[in-house]
Amino acid sequence: MSDAIDKHIDIRGLVCPYTFVKAKLAIESIEVGQALEILLDYEDASRSIPNSMRDHGHTVLAVEKTGDAEWIIRVRKEKD
Amino acid sequence: MDFSEDQLLRYSRHIILPEIGGKGQAKINAAKVFLVGAGGLGCPVGYYLAAAGVGTLGIADNDKVEMSNLQRQIAHSTNTLGHFKADSAKATFEALNPDTTVIPIKERLNKDNILDLIKDYDIVVDGSDNFPTRYLVNDACVMTGKPLVSGAILRFEGQVTTIIPGKGHCYRCLFEEPPPPGLVPSCQEAGVLGALPGVVGGLQALEVIKLIIGKGEPISNRMLIIDSLKMHFRMVKVPKNPDCAACGPNPTITELQDYAQNVCAL
Repeated sequence: MSDAIDKHIDIRGLVCPYTFVKAKLAIESIEVGQALEILLDYEDASRSIPNSMRDHGHTVLAVEKTGDAEWIIRVRKEKD
Repeated sequence: MDFSEDQLLRYSRHIILPEIGGKGQAKINAAKVFLVGAGGLGCPVGYYLAAAGVGTLGIADNDKVEMSNLQRQIAHSTNTLGHFKADSAKATFEALNPDTTVIPIKERLNKDNILDLIKDYDIVVDGSDNFPTRYLVNDACVMTGKPLVSGAILRFEGQVTTIIPGKGHCYRCLFEEPPPPGLVPSCQEAGVLGALPGVVGGLQALEVIKLIIGKGEPISNRMLIIDSLKMHFRMVKVPKNPDCAACGPNPTITELQDYAQNVCAL
């Protein structure tokens, strides 16, 4: 698996349930094996998105805090 | 399908389900479902399908709203007494969700009009209150290969079954011919608990959504029988009849027929 990012979404400014809905639609739009990068600033979602992605069978590659209130999550799609 | 921001919110609880997602929701939004009847069953079925965002709902009912309907037919109201049920339901469902287009069909289904009326729809839902219609709808769906989600209620009891022509049983595998007029009482004669069609119609709506998204197992080759007084839910097997007159390999029912209707049941 490469570390390349195949799709990037910026969901800063969004809160639940938009955050996961947007992330879910984004991961649906890429192929199995590809990686999605999510930039967000809603703290609850920095925990809930990785949990939900794991629940859905995907691999959370990284959760990085990149600012006072800014996170980057990288997820590899494992199944359709 | 590109969802609007409002649609993302409206359908968010569906979209986040792994089994539905954006793709499944798009299928729901594109689906066309035909409801036979806008009564006790058609009201909750249509309500939930409209809420789910089913794109097109055809609703066939030539009755008008009466006071005695309002104990269970929740799409209608005191304000729509005397209106056609199909129009009353259209107003209710489109107010709930403007993504849904309701096509009211204010005529009684018969052997001459049903095939044309259902031809553009993906799935048929039977919420009719009489056996002639029930058999007509079954035969039309078997002939055209359309999935049929069938529900029935009387007193405290309900039934739900899903007919997948070519794969599972059909209504005639279970009961070959309709009962003679007058043998089985109508709701008008026997009564029906108002909340019961909410349960049965809710199950029918679930079956329709499952068929649209292609997930789960329909109640095919089976029938769910509900006794709401004892709160017993019983699933019985309904094997496909290999010699079925409608769906067997050598069907003797090759034309639709209009069975006589018990006048008292109308």
